[in-house]
Amino acid sequence: MQQEMAYDVQGTPHPVTDYHDDYGGEKFGFWIFLLTEAMLFGALFLLFAIYFYRHTDTFAEASGDLKVWLGGFNTVILLLSTYTMGLATLMMRRKNVRSSVLLVKITAATAALFLAIKGLEWGIEIHHGLYPGAGVLDALDKGKILFFGLYFVMTGLHGLHVIAGIALMVWVLLLIRSGGIRPEHTIVMKNVTLYWDFVHLVWIVLFPIFYMIGV
Amino acid sequence: MTSFYHETATVFGTHKNPILQWIFSIDHKRIALLYMGVMFTLFFLAIGAALTMRSELFFPGAQFLEPKTYNQLFTFHGVTMIFLFIVPGIPATLGNFVLPLQLGARDLSFPRLNLLSWWLYVLGVVTGLSSLVTGHGFADTGWTFYAPYSIRTDAHVLPTLSAAFILGLSSILTGLNFVVTIHRLRAPGMTFFKMPLFVWGLYATAWIQVLATPVVGITLLLVILERTLGVGIFDPTKGGDPILYEHLFWIYSHPAVYLMILPAFGIVSEVLPTFTRRTIFGYHSIAISSASIAGIGYLVWGHHMFASGMSDTARVIFSFLTFLVAIPTGVKIFDWVATLYKGSIVLATPMLWILGSIINFTIGGLTGVTLGALGADIHLHDTYFVVAHFHYTILGGTIFMFIGGLYYWYPKITGKLYDEALGRTAFGVMFIGFNTLWFPMFIAGYLGNPRRYFDYLPTFTPLHQIAGIGALLVAVGLFLVVYNFYRGLKDGREAGPNPWRATTLEWHIPSPPPLENFSKIPYVDFDPYEYENGEPAVQFDENFRRIR
Repeated sequence: MQQEMAYDVQGTPHPVTDYHDDYGGEKFGFWIFLLTEAMLFGALFLLFAIYFYRHTDTFAEASGDLKVWLGGFNTVILLLSTYTMGLATLMMRRKNVRSSVLLVKITAATAALFLAIKGLEWGIEIHHGLYPGAGVLDALDKGKILFFGLYFVMTGLHGLHVIAGIALMVWVLLLIRSGGIRPEHTIVMKNVTLYWDFVHLVWIVLFPIFYMIGV
Repeated sequence: MTSFYHETATVFGTHKNPILQWIFSIDHKRIALLYMGVMFTLFFLAIGAALTMRSELFFPGAQFLEPKTYNQLFTFHGVTMIFLFIVPGIPATLGNFVLPLQLGARDLSFPRLNLLSWWLYVLGVVTGLSSLVTGHGFADTGWTFYAPYSIRTDAHVLPTLSAAFILGLSSILTGLNFVVTIHRLRAPGMTFFKMPLFVWGLYATAWIQVLATPVVGITLLLVILERTLGVGIFDPTKGGDPILYEHLFWIYSHPAVYLMILPAFGIVSEVLPTFTRRTIFGYHSIAISSASIAGIGYLVWGHHMFASGMSDTARVIFSFLTFLVAIPTGVKIFDWVATLYKGSIVLATPMLWILGSIINFTIGGLTGVTLGALGADIHLHDTYFVVAHFHYTILGGTIFMFIGGLYYWYPKITGKLYDEALGRTAFGVMFIGFNTLWFPMFIAGYLGNPRRYFDYLPTFTPLHQIAGIGALLVAVGLFLVVYNFYRGLKDGREAGPNPWRATTLEWHIPSPPPLENFSKIPYVDFDPYEYENGEPAVQFDENFRRIR
């Protein structure tokens, strides 16, 4: 389509932004969305900081009940998955659609693996009665109740974001198939990559504050 | 001329059915009207709840309401007015309609996201209202959902909390859409300081929506998890701290009051130049004060908690910041008054509402400064003084400005003119009624009448009875406004593109506007409110090339 122009008094043309296809706008909008996500998690980190300040020793002790190796393994997995996702976008821009598709699939698979391990961890903790509302936990020190309350809320919310991420990757695959994403039009894929980086970054903060303060 | 009423773009292609054409439309103008329809229905429901409470309060002692029913009524009134009406309020309705027109754009940046916001809004409304008919009745917590009561009460709080969460999401998406639109879709040549001031108001509002709403979203989510799973983050029996709930709640909900008033201030700055036939006084200071109100307003939440346990240092800081936020607001008021000076004032209906709102808001704003003072606040906290203060700012301010804006853009939206005489009468009735209703409550609060009680001491009877009469007048005034709009729609005269001889871009296109607004995008290298000898200084030919 031809670039639309607006003309000033002297008749000089000035380009008009087309809202149907505005690369800068779509990217900017997504950054603002990520900002709202940061505020969402930010409030939880604030709560964690305040309660950690009040119950420092109990929090460190409760942290010892988590499986740091499982959490650490998950950190590595997530790190790898952001690499494959970034690479997928790069491949798409280099017109290498087939490897791009493969890399997105690998990312989705690693994300699913992350969830499986996370589920295993939750299973172990729930088995030991360390979950909100459980009689075992409620009989423990208040710092522990708060630690596990925050742990399940924050990793749960993060887990929801991982699930949403997998859904987005499936959507990306469908869009690649239908031509909605192609080497010269990758904005959706770039935004999903940004989102996935954000989800990974949140975990990078969650891991030390929950798993490592007791080490 | 075919307008957006005749043709539209929908999210799923074409529909034959006109209802489907409306509810799936991605045209910002249709979405604005969709919001208006739902929102004003809810507004009148909440007014009904308020009138019920006022008639209960006409005599001391129990009349016809149970105390718990009264608690549910004020919660319903508060939740509906705040979350369903005034927070989405002006941005979702007038903002949605006018923003792209004033920018010289064909739509918002993300039209489909805009439709999604409306659908989320409807989902929130349905979720919220569902608790009226299910469970143990509507929430009785007040609109603030303070923990730990909101965790313990057996009333049906969950749907209301979920509704507030969903509405927050809708509001965030609208804010995001507006920020991107304002950054990306200004007509070529229109710099930030050439934008109309209503756009500035919406811009500041949109940033608050984006930055503050997630905080209340997660806070309400935590209360939901507390009730369902027993997480305990705000539950003192489990080590949680209810004061933290209050902090997190007000981190959003105080900026939210600026979110209610800033777009309304924008309307004032649109209407004043038009009906004084001169440029606005202090354009830059009004624009920047909107931004600084949004900025400072983010840091004053603690003044809601002077009586609930904070260190003295924190109290003094919050009190100081509260005084500080009055400065940019004062700047605006002085700019508006200075605009009137030596202007050719036309007392048309929108102008009357705006002038009335400036008077009301000045009273509301100054009593806010009174409440921001530590000593005074301890005495006045949780009394009718506070209730009168925020009704002066929100009802007397925002809603008066909103109604003024509705009158102002009515010809643009409908293409028709309303009855001017009836419009003025409605304003008179409402202005007198409003002040009769709320001014006595300052006195009642000052003398110690607490808020949120279904009963009061007999000494307060005359004050409550005067207020009761005022409430009746307000109801009559609102009825006249609605009747006037209805009659204008039915047999109003044709308005033409620019009935007010206003200057901003929306008045250069037909009323009602066509689909996609502008056939050609104009080049905007002029200030928004320029008059020459009482006529708009800038005019375009049919191709949107400047001829004057």
